Amino acid sequence: MISFLFRRLLVIVPTLVFVSIIIFGLQQLLPGDPATALAGEDRDPDVIAFIRSKYHLDQPLPVRYALWVGGVLHGDLGESIRIKQPVLDLVLEKLPVTAELALFAIVIALVIGIPAGILSAVKNGTVWDYAANVVALWGLSTPNFWLGILLILLFSVELGWLPASGFVSPRENLGDNIRSLIMPAFVLGNAIAAVMMRHTRSAMLQVMASDYIRTARAKGLSERIVVVKHGLRNALIPIVTLGALEFGQLLSGAVLTEQVFTIPGFGKLIVDAVFNRDYAVVQGVVLCTATAYILLNLFADLMYFLVNPRLRG
Amino acid sequence: MSLAAARDSAVAASPSAVPQRERGPWRRAFVRLVRRRGALIGAGVVLFFVALALLAPLISPYDPLAASFMTVRKPPSMAHLFGTDEIGRDVLARVIWGTRASLLAGVVSVSISLAIGVPLGLLAGYRGGWIDGLMMRFIDAMLACPFLILAIALAAFLGPSLTNAMIAIGISATPTFVRLTRGQVMSAKVEDYVEAARAVGNPHWRIALRHILPNILAPVMVQATLAIAAAIIAEASLSFLGLGQQPPAPSWGSMLNTAKNFLSQAPWMALWPGLAIFLLVLAFNLLGDGLRDALDPRQR
Repeated sequence: MISFLFRRLLVIVPTLVFVSIIIFGLQQLLPGDPATALAGEDRDPDVIAFIRSKYHLDQPLPVRYALWVGGVLHGDLGESIRIKQPVLDLVLEKLPVTAELALFAIVIALVIGIPAGILSAVKNGTVWDYAANVVALWGLSTPNFWLGILLILLFSVELGWLPASGFVSPRENLGDNIRSLIMPAFVLGNAIAAVMMRHTRSAMLQVMASDYIRTARAKGLSERIVVVKHGLRNALIPIVTLGALEFGQLLSGAVLTEQVFTIPGFGKLIVDAVFNRDYAVVQGVVLCTATAYILLNLFADLMYFLVNPRLRG
Repeated sequence: MSLAAARDSAVAASPSAVPQRERGPWRRAFVRLVRRRGALIGAGVVLFFVALALLAPLISPYDPLAASFMTVRKPPSMAHLFGTDEIGRDVLARVIWGTRASLLAGVVSVSISLAIGVPLGLLAGYRGGWIDGLMMRFIDAMLACPFLILAIALAAFLGPSLTNAMIAIGISATPTFVRLTRGQVMSAKVEDYVEAARAVGNPHWRIALRHILPNILAPVMVQATLAIAAAIIAEASLSFLGLGQQPPAPSWGSMLNTAKNFLSQAPWMALWPGLAIFLLVLAFNLLGDGLRDALDPRQR
């Protein structure tokens, strides 16, 4: 276990180094001189010289990279040009909103995806299987910002049941908080439900063809117990670990969903930063999401190792 | 030549007379593909959209950029089948012309991913060693950045335009092709036919390009088809956020971005571009799924 963890951690280090190189490299894509761009319309030579010195733009590239990484390792992701606030503070401020949305979305994805996958596998080749596959294709092919717009049109504009936009903190009003998150969470969970359904279906098909399922049936157990106790429990191992890898899709989807429903989360932070040319925020958000993704991958690997007796053996 | 001999030679030359086991692998895959209804429907819808894109100047009922303040936000009618937008432009004309941006983005982005990803995957998988180790850590790092977030960051730093959006999507999707190609090469390079090619003295580049590459193309093709679907959604997403096709040029994503501000007054503005994205992406997904089933050796 310890050697597995050690080997896994050893791989993370170079990956994180490359992530930092990619994110630092994004700056180099900016057309023209960044100091001139930051100096504004006047382009005062003194201001340009000050900016050059402040952001170490007068230093060679490797030195700038080392200084930037040094800052990041001390929790300094830079400062937002627009809000004049440290990027880390902004990220930590927006994170709970996106985390709550993501949690809701995952619950919805699990509630739809896993039963649909089980049904599709158990009723393989029947109309239920085709219906579940159609639902999965719908989930994979629907742009979530369009689905969001359609839901607003139906539930907010036509029926007036749910708020079209905005976010209410759970500390303010829990009921309104849930009402404000139902539609965005469904939109976000819809695509992930499709992926979960496909994972569940293939895992269940594989498990249901195993010898121990035949043995369970031969013992005269009811089909429900065979499917749930013997089939699903074993199929859940790859489903849970593969599900953890959907985190990236969740964050990508959150960018658009938060934009459609005007939710002040992580996704809206990066989009607003893009339009305000707040590049430190863009870099900070990408760095945080990539680090979170790597750590979640590690967690998924560890879970897989812990719950799979064959690997432990 | 006798009549019987001529008939025999004609029968032998006829493709239908070739026994199933003598058909090439691509032909067998094609036969399996056309037997799949979903894949055929997908291919049909893709062809329909390709025709729309190519024939846009001929079939578009109006100029997609022509504004008319006499026809602002008119609901669908015989004059404007899909209605009009906030400055009186015909929505059908813009949906037809918008097909070009979406298809172009899908094909060009995936071509960029293929052009970078396949050679890199071939090199990493064939050479192995430190080159492979270094490249894979870099690819892991790229994969750690969520696809759309990386595309948004790239598009933000490159500047908003359709060309830059295609480059951003293409670069963001590259790691998948590197990983896929590398994996396929690693399993192909230990096959007997590669060993035989090596034994007769072929240089490495020839083994990689002439012997390995053609044998790993099937999964790459499947992934490319599915990646086009993802790239079309990504382009629409970037245009929706204002980072892709710039107004007034028509794009389905930017049409939806405008439409969300007029949901109660002109819901049709949101319906058609979204439906077009959905249909085209669904078609590529169906085609990709069909291709995967047809080209997967385990299906044989």
